[in-house]
Amino acid sequence: MIDLPVGAPEGVVVADAVGADVACFPTREQYFALVSAFKDGGYELCSDVCAVDYLGHEDRPLPEGVAATRFEVVVNLLRLTKRSRVRIRVQAGDEPQVASLFSLYPGVEAMEREAFDLFGVIFTDHPDLTRILMPEDWEGHPLRKDYGVGRVPVQFKEAPGPR
Amino acid sequence: MTEPTVRAVDRSDLLTAETSEGAQELQRRELTPTSELGREVGAVLRLDGRVLDARSIDVDRRDDETMIINMGPSHPSTHGVLRLMLELDGEFVLRTKPVIGYLHTGMEKTGEELSYIQGATNVTRMDYLSPIINELSYSMAVEKLLGIELPERAVWIRMMMSELNRMSSHLVWMATNGMDLGSTSMMIYGLRERELILAFFEKTTGLRMNLNYVRPGGVAADLPDGWQDDVMVICDTIEERTYEYDELLTGQPIFRNRMIGVAPLMAEEALALGVTGPLLRSTGVAWDLRRTMPYLAYDQVDFDVIVGTYGDNFDRYAIRLNEIRESARIVRQCVEKMPAGDYRSQDPKVTPPPRARIGESMEALIHHFKLFTEGFRVPAGEVYSAVESPRGELGCYLVADGTAKPWRVHVRAPSFVNLQAVPLLMRGGSVSDAITVISTVDPVLGEVDR
Repeated sequence: MIDLPVGAPEGVVVADAVGADVACFPTREQYFALVSAFKDGGYELCSDVCAVDYLGHEDRPLPEGVAATRFEVVVNLLRLTKRSRVRIRVQAGDEPQVASLFSLYPGVEAMEREAFDLFGVIFTDHPDLTRILMPEDWEGHPLRKDYGVGRVPVQFKEAPGPR
Repeated sequence: MTEPTVRAVDRSDLLTAETSEGAQELQRRELTPTSELGREVGAVLRLDGRVLDARSIDVDRRDDETMIINMGPSHPSTHGVLRLMLELDGEFVLRTKPVIGYLHTGMEKTGEELSYIQGATNVTRMDYLSPIINELSYSMAVEKLLGIELPERAVWIRMMMSELNRMSSHLVWMATNGMDLGSTSMMIYGLRERELILAFFEKTTGLRMNLNYVRPGGVAADLPDGWQDDVMVICDTIEERTYEYDELLTGQPIFRNRMIGVAPLMAEEALALGVTGPLLRSTGVAWDLRRTMPYLAYDQVDFDVIVGTYGDNFDRYAIRLNEIRESARIVRQCVEKMPAGDYRSQDPKVTPPPRARIGESMEALIHHFKLFTEGFRVPAGEVYSAVESPRGELGCYLVADGTAKPWRVHVRAPSFVNLQAVPLLMRGGSVSDAITVISTVDPVLGEVDR
């Protein structure tokens, strides 16, 4: 277990994590301030940003004081000098929306776009929140759990119908 | 007689509509806000306090002075289906925007439909140049959730195969990089040497690529008889050949002119962009997960982490060339120290019974059948496991909900993140340097798009 960095917002829930030193559960309001404090505390590399859709798993085990929502945004930060990793799991809401980390870690640009593209998570203040993997005119966000597999038979735009 | 012309025009409109990516594309300057322009030229990275200085992004330049052209998606030097939109001023690149997704096949979604045993066949197809390392990252994630310990031999087999795979991946890189720079002999040599490793993979696993060899619980098969000799021949041959590459490329004046000092990257920029692997090490940051956060048995072998100084193309080349030698060194130690024992965990929950038992025991047959139809259940939880792939930190974020299929498989693909350094590296260089930049960033598009 590690201590939270100086400047971290009050009342962030901290728990053990598998594959990281610690997992933090900030609220959406605390999220940016917490990551910012970690950045100032020496976590210089943001290795991963991804989203998870917990549709139907609202009763999943979470530490005391964390209200589960359908979407979760998971951030993995890395501190090179101390060789430590932290994971930040923010409950992003049922209509997912969190602050963008772009101003702290410019490298999240593509990763946040991917989470937006595949899950529809809105990252406020992201400089260019467009689709990245799917075509521009794609409808829906395919990695959501209520988005069926193989529902769209034709993958090309404006393809002529069957003859 | 005018009919064909009309048709051609219709067709070209349709073609534009069909291939347009709209907002994902590089826009003209007059349509691009200053903040976005600053991001595209990488100016936000060079500034303290993140205030954008308009002078550093030459906002005054008019659109009719420059030209936006596409490089790719099918261009031999883009290593797959990478589409780069370049804004050119004559021969010089001003802005670059990678447009990706042409190889997107929804592998993360597919992963949610496959059981944990089948999952390895899925992830192995992402970074098709280093399949073993993909499988390793995924299998380690599953094993961490299951909480099973592996036999020593399985760990060492995994490590040896990873290093062989790293060699083969870097050899392909040497080959394609040689081809991009006009040295077709290097292309043939690189692929020739890689063939030795692929032949050994075929002998061990039955397949040359997409091996599905590393699985949750161990590896699929033990090493074949006489593997020590095969592996030693591979190491000897490739090590000897790396000195031939030195003669062919490292000291070659044309090659040096195109590599040295071209497209330098600073350590701060690399860290800000989340870049890992040889790209990060070329800037002088000694960050290699094998050394800094050891997994498998990397803490029990001797090897050097190769670090560059200037972060230019030549450093990236030199790092990869020397990593081939270091990998050979690790493989030799694996041959020396390979422990005896099982090649997979004997936990019946994850490991099927031996093939010979199935013929004589009904229970073994049922066990085998249940394991491969229903799979095994993994306790609910979430885990991130990271390994050092030839391209950087390959992470697997796995969420299990207690059933036999993962709830979410997310792969943190190093190429996907490293690709963000391309616009920064290309700025101000010529088009021919752009080719070397794509080459030395070494993206594997299967992994970028997943």
